[in-house]
Amino acid sequence: MSHDHDHEPPTPQALRTEAIESLLLEKGLIKPTAVDEVIALYSERVGPMNGAKIVAKAWRDPEFKARLLADGTKAIEEFDIEGGQVEKLVVLENTPEQHNVVVCTLCSCYPWAVLGLPPKWYKDPAYRSRIVREPRKLLAEMGTDIPPSVAIRVWDSSAEIRYMVLPMPPVAITEQIDDLAESDLTALVSRDAMIGVAQL
Amino acid sequence: MDGIHDLGGKHGFGSVQREQDELVFHGHWEAKMFAIMRCSGPAGAWYSADRFRHLVERIDPISYLDDGYYGRWLGGVETGLIEAGILQQDEIQQRYLELGGEPSVRVAARPIDHPDSMGDPPAGPGSQRPVPAPLFKKGDRVVTSIDVKPGHTRLPAYARGKVGRVVQCHAGWVFPDTNAHGEGEQPQNLYTVEFSGQSLWGDSSEVMSLYLDLFEPYLSRHFPSKFDSEKSEASSI
Repeated sequence: MSHDHDHEPPTPQALRTEAIESLLLEKGLIKPTAVDEVIALYSERVGPMNGAKIVAKAWRDPEFKARLLADGTKAIEEFDIEGGQVEKLVVLENTPEQHNVVVCTLCSCYPWAVLGLPPKWYKDPAYRSRIVREPRKLLAEMGTDIPPSVAIRVWDSSAEIRYMVLPMPPVAITEQIDDLAESDLTALVSRDAMIGVAQL
Repeated sequence: MDGIHDLGGKHGFGSVQREQDELVFHGHWEAKMFAIMRCSGPAGAWYSADRFRHLVERIDPISYLDDGYYGRWLGGVETGLIEAGILQQDEIQQRYLELGGEPSVRVAARPIDHPDSMGDPPAGPGSQRPVPAPLFKKGDRVVTSIDVKPGHTRLPAYARGKVGRVVQCHAGWVFPDTNAHGEGEQPQNLYTVEFSGQSLWGDSSEVMSLYLDLFEPYLSRHFPSKFDSEKSEASSI
């Protein structure tokens, strides 16, 4: 949680939110503990660490990877994931031939259960407007150069299917994946790589 | 609807601004807004994410761009709570002023006097429902609708009237275009459709493939004319 921001004067949006919360509290329509529950859920239990565990397992276990790519929803059942927003999960594999990247141009759909809540830039107009129109240029601006020989596939999440990218492992560790501990592998997986705006 | 939310392909928004070590919530109020959103549906403000998304689409368009993600939620939540009769805009404004809010600030919420019916509660959990057999199959070429109504839709403006290819059928899902308006779930077959950059953005487009999940009513079978096939068969998908 931010505490730095809380020392700044509250914005009109913050005050209006406070006003609505207080009215709902008086009417008994929101629990006094609701905010703490949200913070605990999305700061501690639901976040990109869940997606990273899935990626690490897919790197080590070809049989799991095949199941994950065939039916992401079913394959992640064994991870006991909570957090909503994934009724159907489709996992997109990055390879030396193709690079996948995910967006939601109409709102900000995102696979909360496996990646947590989206970063601000994912919800802002610049990313939503540009990634569907000039993905190669925008990815390069964001530090990810995709060679011309690699096909770019952009996934605009326009229904309830949620998308997550299975990045390629860092080149430096491809020979030793079987020797590394799962926690070491998980630490290598970034949220941005699972959105498709970074490579590892 | 042709709303400000429909951002795909718009020019002029500049570079993507990424924060270092970004926090999950930028200040306590964002977490509060999240909690309020979670309880407002059960309190009777909406039954579905479709309805909530449309509430957000209907907020003041300047606020949509200015107020950030949770500011947009604030506008949608407030609109929904007022339209459902759970709160009055006067009491929200009064409480806001009591808390020290500036009176002249732009308000994102845009409640209307005669909102759509709330419709029926969901027919079951989730959004997947039984439907008749799909009209299209993998590999079929389809063209997207140009018929835009003022209400909710999940066919973005940049993909209207475009030719693509079905890559997968996902069977039946609740139809957002009716469900958001209390007109029933009316489930439809859902397809992932692939479009080439050229088909969306013209011959100067980057080489790319774009995938959208589109409901059957957005799609018609595409019968290429002789002209089309000569012009674009080689480069199309």
